[in-house]
Amino acid sequence: MTPKRRRLTLALVALVMLACAAALMLRALERNIVFFVTPTELAAENSRINQRVRLGGLVEEGSVLRSADAPGAAFFVTDGVARVGVSYSGILPDLFREGQGVVVEGVLGMDGVFVADRVLAKHDETYMPPEVAEALKRAGQWRGAEPAP
Amino acid sequence: MIVETGHYALILALALAVAQSVGGLFGPARRSARLGALADSAALGQAVFASLAFGALVAAHVTSDFSVANVASNSHSSKPMLYKVAGAWGNHEGSMAFWVLILALFGAAVAAFGGNLPASLRARVLGVQGAIGTGFLAFVLFTSNPFARVFPPPLDGKGLNPLLQDPGLAFHPPFLYLGYVGFSVTFAFAVAALLEGRVDAAWARWVRPWALAAWSFLTIGIALGSWWAYYELGWGGFWFWDPVENASFLPWLIGTALVHSAIVCERRGALKSWTVLLAILAFSLSLIGTFLVRSGVLTSVHAFASDPERGVFILALIAATVGGSLALYAWRAPRMAPGGTFEPISREGALVVNNLLLATAAATVFLGTLYPLFLEALGGEKISVGAPYFDATFVPLALPLFLLMGVGPSLAWKRADARAAFVRLRFAAALAGAVALVVLAIEGGARILPALGIGLSVWIAAGVAVDLAERIKLFSAPFAQTLGRARHLPLGRWGMATAHLGAAIVVAGVTASSAWQTEKIQMMRAGDAVDLTGYRVVFEGVGEVPGPNYIAERGTFRVSRGSREIAMLLPERRTYPVERQQTTEAAIHTTWLADIYIVIGEGDGTGAHAARLYYNPLVPWIWLGAVIAAFGGALAAADRRARTPATAGAPDARIVI
Repeated sequence: MTPKRRRLTLALVALVMLACAAALMLRALERNIVFFVTPTELAAENSRINQRVRLGGLVEEGSVLRSADAPGAAFFVTDGVARVGVSYSGILPDLFREGQGVVVEGVLGMDGVFVADRVLAKHDETYMPPEVAEALKRAGQWRGAEPAP
Repeated sequence: MIVETGHYALILALALAVAQSVGGLFGPARRSARLGALADSAALGQAVFASLAFGALVAAHVTSDFSVANVASNSHSSKPMLYKVAGAWGNHEGSMAFWVLILALFGAAVAAFGGNLPASLRARVLGVQGAIGTGFLAFVLFTSNPFARVFPPPLDGKGLNPLLQDPGLAFHPPFLYLGYVGFSVTFAFAVAALLEGRVDAAWARWVRPWALAAWSFLTIGIALGSWWAYYELGWGGFWFWDPVENASFLPWLIGTALVHSAIVCERRGALKSWTVLLAILAFSLSLIGTFLVRSGVLTSVHAFASDPERGVFILALIAATVGGSLALYAWRAPRMAPGGTFEPISREGALVVNNLLLATAAATVFLGTLYPLFLEALGGEKISVGAPYFDATFVPLALPLFLLMGVGPSLAWKRADARAAFVRLRFAAALAGAVALVVLAIEGGARILPALGIGLSVWIAAGVAVDLAERIKLFSAPFAQTLGRARHLPLGRWGMATAHLGAAIVVAGVTASSAWQTEKIQMMRAGDAVDLTGYRVVFEGVGEVPGPNYIAERGTFRVSRGSREIAMLLPERRTYPVERQQTTEAAIHTTWLADIYIVIGEGDGTGAHAARLYYNPLVPWIWLGAVIAAFGGALAAADRRARTPATAGAPDARIVI
């Protein structure tokens, strides 16, 4: 092979690999993107049923029910306008509290119960996950320092 | 007084950084050796003053001087000493000051150990380093001054995020930064080479030890971070494809590619402009990683501050560094003499494929990490890209890479005989294949990935062993001769073998712990027992235990196997009153072949506690392998061949003295 042909072959191999990688990425992205929704949006749109989403909001005061024999809890996530019932079996994070911000990831079933397999609470007292702040802003319930956009 | 001295030293360091960049960049251009030599002394001076400044900050933290804003908002008098010291870099201002310190130390190292470099190259390398230092020192002084005072000083501090009060975390940032900032040296070499207009074998030989050192530090830093996430976050996993983890993984992937492409550049004179590009990208990704993590764009423990002014400043710095160097690259790289060509079946051919795979993997991780940010910035939906995306894209790229790792080192330079290489490796291939089949049989053919992973791990390790054994003629020559050959084998070879062996161990650990982890989550009352993969775990109850600056709820679990008691595990839930925060402390019993991992959750008020128990096979191998790989990198960096004087390369007619 001449040096030029060799270089061409190398470029072709690189291109094929990039194309494969791009195909892999697109396929993986298509299947694995998780949309963020607020309780209001989830209550309004039926299209999200059986689709994996992230739901952000506040844990409604007085709504947390813990089961006696298995870890986990059922609670409402609210943005002040609408609320969604969430059930979760697993250990709740240390900073999970009533009235505090939370992000849950899972699927809304036909029965209207959101079955979460991940619960993310904020890291400290003063910090609110951006998703929760966003949900409160979208619902017009934001009382934080910065004005709603 | 100490604080003002530190502040003043930081300003002097900035002045010296300016002098270093002016001397280093204009000296060679004006053919003035004196101006160029200014960069050397400025670099040493900058390191001295940056050390003084950071020392002053540590002193303020150790003595709990709450008149300093940084100490008041991140420390507390009841904090243990280790975390008072580590707290100096456990916050935004301190961590940036630390970043600047390491940059200055690397600059001084180039000035001190770069005696074998041509004077003009050394001056330019230091000049580029000085320019980066100028930008970041200005950033620290003007937007994130760690020495700012508060008046009146508070009686006590606000404390440090308890999640960060942990020995693993005390040492994770220094190593990570040594890695990130270490790539500034290779970046400076790349820009200097573009300014000089030449890249040759000698250049590659000088760059390699710096790239290897940065790579080793980054490896340790990432491993420490992953270890911390494993035992502190209490999720039982070691890697979550969290954006913050990815931010440190990206420069690692590109750095790994760089370490390999520099060999081709040194030995065969090929891949020159590619190597320069990788050096630029490795540091650019380090900067982007620092920005993503520090700016608060990403939701994580790492997001210290989200002051928009700082974000804009650091973004401008990144734009200047990344944009400037890439523009220079686009302008100068095409003018460089093209490198040699090579056969597809050869050591360099294998290294090219290695680079393609690593670069593609970096691209997929980059896209997955930043796509949500781009989409949101463009006003689109708010989305997240989780672990399944990365598993689906990264694993198919990693498998051929591991396959190549077993055979690559056995191929000859220039033109290799593929058949001869496979004949030499037939035992390794047979062993790996047999192990993979056994795993597949145990799995019942249900899953193919565990068999592939374990088989590839054996393949890499056996490939390393066969290659080393051949080189030192183990068993085929008298033992004394073998010893002599082993002694004369270059350190770089030992380093490569060690690093690849470390990688094999990591692959085994990752495969086994992902495939065969057992998880049990349940409510437990005192006296309850659980069976966990052959172990019996009995819960004996919960008690309250005071700590230095927290109160812990401590569970007691007895682990036994058959009739033999193996361990007593004491997981805790700690409440930090100062920070009003709780953390989970997992209790881990390791046999080096597996971990038994227990986390205790909140009680339900009637005496039952949620407990999460894991059996994690081979998980300690992940960190063990990473440390071995980093040690291999250090060995290779110490290779004598890397320190040959300037005259060993092509004689440089254009040295300006």
